[in-house]
Amino acid sequence: MIHLSHVSKSYKTSTRPALDDVTVHVEKGEFAFLIGPSGSGKSTVLRLLLREEAPTGGRIEVAGRDLGRLRRSKVPQHRRRLGCVFQDFRLLTNKTVEQNVGFALEVIGRPRGAIRTIVPEVLELVGLEGKARRLPHELSGGEQQRVAIARAFVNRPLLLLADEPTGNLDPDTSADIMLLLERINRTGTTVLMATHDNTIVDSMRRRVIELQLGRVVRDEARGVYGVGR
Amino acid sequence: MRAGFVFSEVLTGLRRNVTMTIAMILTTAISLGLLGFGLIVAKLTDETRTLYGDKVQVQVYLTVDQSRSDPDCTGAVCQGLLEDLRGNPDVASVSYESQEAAYQRYLRTFASQPEMIAIVRKEALSATFRVSLVDPQRFRVISQDFTGKPGVLSVDDQSEVLDKVFSLLNSVRNVAITIALIQAFAAVLLISNMVQVAALSRRTETSIMRLVGASRWRTQLPFMIEAVFAGLVGVALAILGLVVAKLTFVDKIFGSIISTGLLPPIDGTYLVFASYWLIPIGIVLSGAAAYATLRAYVRL
Ligand SMILES: Nc1ncnc2c1ncn2[C@@H]1O[C@H](COP(=O)(O)OP(=O)(O)O)[C@@H](O)[C@H]1O
Ligand SMILES: [Mg+2]
Repeated sequence: MIHLSHVSKSYKTSTRPALDDVTVHVEKGEFAFLIGPSGSGKSTVLRLLLREEAPTGGRIEVAGRDLGRLRRSKVPQHRRRLGCVFQDFRLLTNKTVEQNVGFALEVIGRPRGAIRTIVPEVLELVGLEGKARRLPHELSGGEQQRVAIARAFVNRPLLLLADEPTGNLDPDTSADIMLLLERINRTGTTVLMATHDNTIVDSMRRRVIELQLGRVVRDEARGVYGVGR
Repeated sequence: MRAGFVFSEVLTGLRRNVTMTIAMILTTAISLGLLGFGLIVAKLTDETRTLYGDKVQVQVYLTVDQSRSDPDCTGAVCQGLLEDLRGNPDVASVSYESQEAAYQRYLRTFASQPEMIAIVRKEALSATFRVSLVDPQRFRVISQDFTGKPGVLSVDDQSEVLDKVFSLLNSVRNVAITIALIQAFAAVLLISNMVQVAALSRRTETSIMRLVGASRWRTQLPFMIEAVFAGLVGVALAILGLVVAKLTFVDKIFGSIISTGLLPPIDGTYLVFASYWLIPIGIVLSGAAAYATLRAYVRL
């Protein structure tokens, strides 16, 4: 599903490369954590996969597509096959829950009828039935993140990218969000989650890819966050 | 893509950005109003030209000797002049008036003034070539070419009057169009600014659109529609301004000149003509400015 081969990335404004010769392969259906301290390059990996940034070197393949050969006009099509959630939820504050989720379908031109049936299904999947008409500020942090996950998942992506999705949540709520991500993973969706939350990583016992200063220092099939933490 | 959905985005955008939108609409209106004025003056110049083209003729007076010795214009000198006139590319048509015909016309013109008839002598009158021009603005060419030729007494081309009329109309038009261009430049900058502010205030929307794979076209469309819509309101105001200007100002000031026949009447067709150009110009101006801004400054 994800193939990074000798990928490096240097931002113009910084001297140290954000990623340095990273080689990682994630198979279809896997659930993998991308861990490491702040500044180690986790978000950069996700941005490269989304094709928000282009690598300085190396080769990136997502779902059988070589991103280096992807034409600019094909980038939207590429992103339609991915879902993405962030620490700060990124909801539209003036739209209700169902409008926020429907927005992702509307802007890619899905017909109104399809939206009307798909959105309630997905809201039920993430446990937000009955809250479809609420505005984001009428929801708890955990519920807002569920809306974001619903929006990322509504288009049935092959791959879900999550950048510190529990970063703003308390431990109990975080655990609920992890259950939801697991459930999404069980539908066959590959999940790649960047985090530096050791409790979560340790409790899940999933694959762990650890970055430090832009290099992969560990890649374990059923890992924990690490010793001494 | 659903029109209603895009439209609601556009309305929200315009409302959120209301001062900038008003500034942009007014600048566009002033710019296009002036451009419309310039277009109207240009059309007026054209119509004046045709108006005069029908009336204005350059008269080539022949010498008295020539007029008397060759009354029917069969001699070499007179035929030579006629050939030269007919061969001249600026000349539309030539007619010959003999001394006898000139005399008869004189008698008719002054039929009610016996004292004028008393002083005329047929032998003192000149035969004349009456020359109609393709472009009445080029009247001077004929006098340059034909003054002093053998057999020619003088060329009367009414150059002073015509010069004044045409140069006045041309300079009014040039001033209006120059100001219009400067204003159009200001309008383009304002449109660009409006689009930048709009894109900034809707970063979250556009970043989500980008994230979920909305096409670039779909992401930019609301901004383009917004700019074009504001541009069209500007066009409407400009046309309204022209209508008001015509009713209150042009009809009063130029009314008397027009009734003397010096200028052609300025009627509704002028406004239709101006609108015909202003509407597409307004759409293209605002749409292109928005498109270029989105391409250049806004990451979508
Ligand atoms: N847009 C950017 N411009 C310049 N440097 C950046 C940019 N984004 C990230 N970086 C740098 O790249 C390195 C990795 O950043 P990031 O991928 O955000 O790490 P993480 O998500 O693990 O905290 C950091 O040193 C950071 O300062
Ligand atoms: Mg990060």
